[in-house]
Amino acid sequence: MSENRVANLGSKFEPKLVAFMCNWCSYTASDLAGTARLHYAPNVRIIRVMCSGRVDPTFVLKAFALGADGVMIAGCHPGDCHYLEQNYKTMRRYALLRYTLAELGIEEDRLRLVWASAAEGPQLAEAINDFVERVRQLGPLRWSINWQEDGQREKAIEQIAHEHAEALEVPV
Amino acid sequence: MIKGDKNLRIGVYVCHCGTNIAGTVDVEKLRQFAETLPGVVLARHYKYMCSDPGQELLKQDIMEHGLNRVVVAACTPSLHEETFRRAAEQAGMNRFLVQIANIREQVAWVTDDAETALDKAKAHVAGAVRRVALHQPLERQFVPILPRALVVGGGIAGIQAALTLADAGKEVILVEREPSIGGHMAMFDKTFPTLDCAACILTPKMTAVKNHPNIRLLTYSEVINVEGSVGNYRVQIRRRPRYIKEDLCIGCMQCVEACVFTRARFPNPFDRGLGMRKPVYIPFAQAVPPVPLIDPEACLRLKQGKCKETCVVACGDRGAIDFEQQVIVEEYQVGVIIVATGYQIFDPSVIGYYGYGKLPNVYTALEVERLLNAGGPTSGKVLLRDGRVPKRVAIVHCVGSRDKKYHAYCSRVCCMYALKLAHLLKEKTGAEVYNCYIDIRTPGKGFEEFYNRVQEEGVHFIRGKVADVSPVPTGPGENGSSGLIITVEDTLLGEVRKIPVDMVVLAVALEPQADADNVRRMFGISCSTEGFFLEKHPKLAPVNTASDGVFLAGACQGPKDIPDTVAQADAAAAKALALIDAGQIELEPNTAWIDEEMCSGCKTCIPLCPFNAISRDEERQIAVIDEALCKGCGTCVAACPSGAAKQKLFGFEQIDEELEGILSYV
Repeated sequence: MSENRVANLGSKFEPKLVAFMCNWCSYTASDLAGTARLHYAPNVRIIRVMCSGRVDPTFVLKAFALGADGVMIAGCHPGDCHYLEQNYKTMRRYALLRYTLAELGIEEDRLRLVWASAAEGPQLAEAINDFVERVRQLGPLRWSINWQEDGQREKAIEQIAHEHAEALEVPV
Repeated sequence: MIKGDKNLRIGVYVCHCGTNIAGTVDVEKLRQFAETLPGVVLARHYKYMCSDPGQELLKQDIMEHGLNRVVVAACTPSLHEETFRRAAEQAGMNRFLVQIANIREQVAWVTDDAETALDKAKAHVAGAVRRVALHQPLERQFVPILPRALVVGGGIAGIQAALTLADAGKEVILVEREPSIGGHMAMFDKTFPTLDCAACILTPKMTAVKNHPNIRLLTYSEVINVEGSVGNYRVQIRRRPRYIKEDLCIGCMQCVEACVFTRARFPNPFDRGLGMRKPVYIPFAQAVPPVPLIDPEACLRLKQGKCKETCVVACGDRGAIDFEQQVIVEEYQVGVIIVATGYQIFDPSVIGYYGYGKLPNVYTALEVERLLNAGGPTSGKVLLRDGRVPKRVAIVHCVGSRDKKYHAYCSRVCCMYALKLAHLLKEKTGAEVYNCYIDIRTPGKGFEEFYNRVQEEGVHFIRGKVADVSPVPTGPGENGSSGLIITVEDTLLGEVRKIPVDMVVLAVALEPQADADNVRRMFGISCSTEGFFLEKHPKLAPVNTASDGVFLAGACQGPKDIPDTVAQADAAAAKALALIDAGQIELEPNTAWIDEEMCSGCKTCIPLCPFNAISRDEERQIAVIDEALCKGCGTCVAACPSGAAKQKLFGFEQIDEELEGILSYV
């Protein structure tokens, strides 16, 4: 994994992206893009969820931690949610999540929210291309490598566990 | 490292899909890769996994090799997930231990390069393998279907669907917004290409609706709210007051005669404003129900509270007139819904150079239908607004259609109705008729023959778009002529022609109803970019929608002619019947549930659920999910701070593992 990434840095940087797409609109749109043979950037790996509201913010952080350079969340247009209003909740989380990412030193633009209806295959393909270009400009995130290099992650986790234990006054 | 069952025996099947997948993705390399994944005991590739031999292969392997999980790398799960689940079930495996890796729509078809395609396919397969390892056997869930249908829209589509369902013995509630059913078809004079009189073929069906014991007809009514889901929808219907009691009125029209307004002076929308009506009126002679109604905006009694009420006197003992009627909201429970809300016509006044709305003798095709109709404002005589009979008529095709500024799509019916109008106008007035077209499109039974016939009748055809419609400049000596001059580039002659005419007919586009967006949201239907309602699959599920139990019929799904509309309405009715007669429908078991041990009772999840499926057990101080109400979106699961809210098939661990597999391949 890490070797791949280092090799990539030499040539043109090919970002690795994960997209969470809702079953009813965006995932169907991505199928439509396929049916219409709309070739778009191959960098994106799509994970199907029933609703964009299912996207747990930790999935996004986990994706970055595992080496993703960008994460897309795609859902139905506002007002079109198959579950009435759950994409509004996605919208809220998205705003918070971008803020959190910035706090963690990750460029906010590495997370993108896209609305695509089941009929918008071409629009979705274009949004993916556009996002890939944006992430390519930002360059590799290398979050996972940075973490692993100096064992900061383990230390940080230990620290958190310790603090929690202290707070609860339970001996570790 | 792989999580899940220790005795994992995963089988991976890579489908070639002919050359659809194998043409781009090296299926053998993908198979070899899959074989190396932890838990995988068997990996194969096969030409068509969805074929009988393909499914047989899967079943054999499950039985012979004792597979307990299956990954099929093939097309999108929306196509064949059910196929492979069923096959697995037949081989004795729980159907939910199957996962699809979509390597056709999302890999082979969208990637140019074989190497990147293989890379992407590997990621999807790795994700699917890691995910399926955590799948648990689940029970299938079914909900019963209430044997009653709601049909929304009383045009020909809704009428046909309602009659088919009612004839099959099902209860139908037919809702129509206008005071009468019939829709646009009731406005037409003749129908192409056979020239059947529209009323002659429609009104028997309208009467049949009224008399059918299984149909409850609610006119002048609108659906305002829909709750519930397939099998049991609760719909609220707002019924506007007619101010005349439907059950008491016998349709004698004495009240219309007796109205204090002796002359009809309010524009009748049914006649597109070309005809007039009184405050108490019936939209057209064959209206169903044949009950007049009172326009509260025009009636003196309702507007000012003062009137001689001659209508009440005329109605006499029957006492059908009731000025105290109010808007009422009725609630119905239905199992299935057919949406047949139709279309509206494009407003050509936005195209300035056609002069519609400014030049009196520029008409829309629908207005001309009313002029031609024997029941219309001129009793079927084609008369201009100044009372003259037109001697020269231009018909402009593609008004608002096939024009990126308005609607990029072809409205499908305009060529044929324009040819029909050309024939009828020529027949009735003997006028010279000029059809200005971009292309003539006549694909359909008897359509091309009709085109030939109209050509032989001497109608002129000019291939070109009309660039301008202007009034004839009136100079001294001319008697204020209201003639028009059209400017059209005849692309076959290669020259611009100016043609003097008396009447211009605009063959306007069909577009979604103005409130289509609200309507589709109410029923949980998506729309295409033009705003027409979206079918579940353009070829294989043309009347289904993304919402189970909601079906489409007619022009609300896209412009179509009467035969196609009727066929689609019957198809929707058949689909609804199939559902009702099956008595139940299977639901995806992806509902959420609460791990009671972990729930801290923080109430975060409760307000997130729009279906009120989550409540709080005050005694135990934890959240409780009613699985019957849960629709399985997973929003509460994503929000639970302690991980107590869980979702079947889309659990945290399952998605998390898929993510890990996709990003790190193993």
